[in-house]
Amino acid sequence: MTVIGSSGTPRSSAQTESRDIALEARDLGHAYGGREVLAGVDFQVRRGTFACLVGPSGVGKTTLLRCLSGLQSSTSGSVYVGGDIVNAPMPGVALVFQDYSRSLMPWSSVLHNVMLPLRANGISKQIARAKATRALALVGLDDVAGQMYPWQLSGGMQQRVAIARALAYEPSLLLMDEPFASVDAYTRADLEDLMLTLQRELALTVVLVTHDIDEAVYLSDQVIALNGRPAQVADIVEVPLGSARDQVTTKSTAEFAELRARVHGLVRGSRGKSS
Amino acid sequence: MKRSTLRWPATVALELWLPVLLLALWWFLSARSKSVYFPPLSSILTSFAHDWLNPAGLAKNLLPSLELLGLGFGLAVAGGVIIGVVLGMVPRLEDATRPLLEILRAIPGVALLPIFIVLFGIDVQMKVYLIAFGAFWPVLLNTIDGVRGIEPLLNEVSRVFRFSRVRRLFSIVVPGASPQIFAGARTALAISLIILVVSETVGANGGIGYFLLNAQRSFAINSMWGAIVALGILGYVLNIAFRVIERYALRWHRLQQARLESQP
Ligand SMILES: Nc1ncnc2c1ncn2[C@@H]1O[C@H](COP(=O)(O)OP(=O)(O)OP(=O)(O)O)[C@@H](O)[C@H]1O
Ligand SMILES: [Mg+2]
Repeated sequence: MTVIGSSGTPRSSAQTESRDIALEARDLGHAYGGREVLAGVDFQVRRGTFACLVGPSGVGKTTLLRCLSGLQSSTSGSVYVGGDIVNAPMPGVALVFQDYSRSLMPWSSVLHNVMLPLRANGISKQIARAKATRALALVGLDDVAGQMYPWQLSGGMQQRVAIARALAYEPSLLLMDEPFASVDAYTRADLEDLMLTLQRELALTVVLVTHDIDEAVYLSDQVIALNGRPAQVADIVEVPLGSARDQVTTKSTAEFAELRARVHGLVRGSRGKSS
Repeated sequence: MKRSTLRWPATVALELWLPVLLLALWWFLSARSKSVYFPPLSSILTSFAHDWLNPAGLAKNLLPSLELLGLGFGLAVAGGVIIGVVLGMVPRLEDATRPLLEILRAIPGVALLPIFIVLFGIDVQMKVYLIAFGAFWPVLLNTIDGVRGIEPLLNEVSRVFRFSRVRRLFSIVVPGASPQIFAGARTALAISLIILVVSETVGANGGIGYFLLNAQRSFAINSMWGAIVALGILGYVLNIAFRVIERYALRWHRLQQARLESQP
C-alpha cells in the first residue's frame, strides 16, 4: 500500500505534518449489509492539492466519497478532515453529487438552488445572490438560466448548476463525483481548466471522482487508483506536471503519456486480478 | 394535453357550457310547473335574489357559514400539515400510529355530530371542530405520503450543506410535499362543505344549513331551492379560489409535469 509519507516516515513527523493534510482516510472500510465494498482504504490529500479517484464502475468510488463527506459513517476505520475526525458532514466541505439532476430542488429557480446553502449558513440575501450569480457565471450560466427551473435546463447545464452550488459555498474541501460526465467535450475541457484555475487561486483541496484517465492525470497532483473487491487503494500516482497546465501541450508531453499509461494499468489491473 | 394551454376565456366557456345548458333546460321545463315541490326556476331565482343578493341576506345567511368553513378548514389544513410532517419525518412514529389513523379516518365526519354535541355543545366551537375533524384526514395522509416521497438525495444535500432543521423543513420538506398537501386540501375543502351544512342544522341561527332547514320546515319551497343554488355557487367559487392559489403555488410542479408528459 502506497501512502504519502509512509516510506519510512516515523510517526512523530507524520503528526507534525498533519497541519498540511486536508483529508485523510485511515484504514477505511464500508459494508452494505454484509457485503464489503471498501476495506482498508488509506490515503492522504495534502492541503491545496488536487486529487482524483479512479477505478472501475461499481468499485465503490461514490461510497468512498460519501464516507469522506460524512454523509455515511464508515463501518470501520476513520476519516479526518483538517485533523478532525469525521462523524457527520463538516463545515467547509462541499459535495457535488453524481446524481446531479436529482440533487437540485425542482421547485426553486437555478439561482435559488445555488443561493440556498449560503442562506442556510447565515449569509445575507444580497451577498448570497451576488456569490451565486458569480458562481453561475464561472460555469458559463447567465442570468436567464438563473431564473429558470433546473429541470428546464439540459443535463449538462444542470450538472454545471450543481458545480456552481458547490463553488458558491466557498468550501475549503471540495468533493466531486463525476462532475463532468454529462457535458460535451468542449465544455468539459473548459470546466477542467476552470477547476484547475480555481483550485490554484483559492488554494482549494479538491477530490474528484472520474472514469476518464486523461482527465484524472490532467487535473491531479495525485491520482488515487481503487480496485479489487472489496476495493482498496491499488496505488497512488504522483503527478509532477506543475501548476501551469494546458489542454493541448500538457496532454502531448511524454510525461503525461507515461503517467496515463501507468494509471491505465492500475485500473485495468483490477479486472485481471479479480477474474 | 392541450387544455392547459387554452386561454382563459376558452377555458371558462369550456367549463360553463354544460351548467348553462342545464339551467336553460330547467328554466323552460319548469316554466309552467304547477307542482308545489318543483316551482318554476323564475320564481326560485326571485327568492334567491331576495334571500341572498343583498347585504342583509349575505350577512345573515352566508357570513356565519364562511366563518365556520374558514376556521374548520384552516384548522384541518394546519393540523394535518404539522402532524403529517412530523409523522412523515419520523417513520417509526408513523408505523406506530398508522392503524389508529386508518380507523379514525374511516369514520364519516358527520356521523360524529352527536358525540361532538355531547363534548362541545352546539355552538360555533363544536361546528368548527367537527369540520376540522372530518377535513383533517385527507390533509394528514397526503402530507405523510408527500413527505415520505421526497427525493432522498435532497435530504443529503441539506445535510452536506449543514441546513438547520428549520431550514430543511421550510426549504425541502414542505415544498417537496406541497403537491400532495394541495391534493389533500382539495378533498378536505369538499368534505368541509358537507360537514358545514350538516352541522348548521343544529343550534344555529344563521348560515346556509340553518337557512335550508328553516326553509324546508316553513314550507318555503322557493327559498329552499334558492339555498341549493346558493350552495352550488359557493362550492364552485371556493373551488375556483382554491385552484387559483394552487396554480400559483404549484406552478413549478404543473410545468414540470407538463414537460414530463411531453418528453417521456
Ligand atoms: N445504498 C446501497 N446499498 C447497497 N449496496 C450499495 C449501495 N450503494 C452502492 N452499493 C453497492 O456498492 C458497490 C459500489 O457502489 P458505488 O456506487 O460506490 O460504485 P462507484 O464506484 O461509484 O460506481 P460508478 O462508477 O458506476 O458510479 C456497488 O456494487 C453497489 O451495488
Ligand atoms: Mg459512483
